[in-house]
Amino acid sequence: MNAPGTRGIDPRGPRFGAGVTALLLVVVLLLGPGTPGLAVLTVIAASFALGVARGVQGTWQGLLYRSLVAPRLAPTTEREDPRPPRFAQLVGLVVTGTGVLVAALGVSAAVPVAAALALVAAGLNAVFGLCLGCELYLLGLRLRTRGVTT
Amino acid sequence: MSPGVRALVVLAALAAVVVIGLAWRARNGRYTPVAAGVRARAAATPDEAPHDRLTADEIGVPLGTRRTFVQLSSAVCTPCRRTAAVLSALADDRHDVSHVELDVVDRLDLVRRFDVMRTPTVLVLDPRGVVVGRMSGVVDRAHALAALDASVR
Repeated sequence: MNAPGTRGIDPRGPRFGAGVTALLLVVVLLLGPGTPGLAVLTVIAASFALGVARGVQGTWQGLLYRSLVAPRLAPTTEREDPRPPRFAQLVGLVVTGTGVLVAALGVSAAVPVAAALALVAAGLNAVFGLCLGCELYLLGLRLRTRGVTT
Repeated sequence: MSPGVRALVVLAALAAVVVIGLAWRARNGRYTPVAAGVRARAAATPDEAPHDRLTADEIGVPLGTRRTFVQLSSAVCTPCRRTAAVLSALADDRHDVSHVELDVVDRLDLVRRFDVMRTPTVLVLDPRGVVVGRMSGVVDRAHALAALDASVR
């Protein structure tokens, strides 16, 4: 079901990006619920927004992968559809973006809570190749179409 | 939050990654047979619109004479691509195995009827279309062959 004409991307790119994001989320957690942590979390949320807008290969983590990491790895023939990792970026944006917004409203505990949730998701992606957002996609579809007869 | 507590939160999140990841990986592609009673009931009701049986018309391809893999996929699903490649290669190699990939967006009827929670989910049909088992998550060739063996016994 690959959409005709869509060129696949190197599947190792999004996993590398998730690893970089996970490291930044560890930094957020170690900084704690203050302004510095909120600032780093905001940067992460902005990166996810970039990934939603341009696809995961259009983020700075994607650029980092292509310019620094990919040239040192053996080329791969495996290609993946860019839509799943892009959807995962949206899930990341929702989690971290909610954290930033709630913290901006004065609930500073939202920073570590959102960072911990996002760290679990990013870690699963980086270490196991599990895309939590993709796993949850069908459940979301089922909820959205509840009561609709097809 | 003291620095010690912060470090503990990081460790707890990383532990959750390992536990969830290992459980997820072990579950992927594992063949789960349908309970024998359900199978027998489905096989015994050949004519009335059967709940646990699928027809060639419903899935849009002829049933395999041994097994049919009905794969429910979504666009946002990388393991679906790999599973489809494995199962279609198997169907090409073997004249008695059939494979069809359906998009969950188009087939929400099947998603609800068979209570599908994730993609890919593969329903395994016997030659009459009775759903005898299922697999979810990425399926490799060994998983698919194990499903063939297990479900024929």
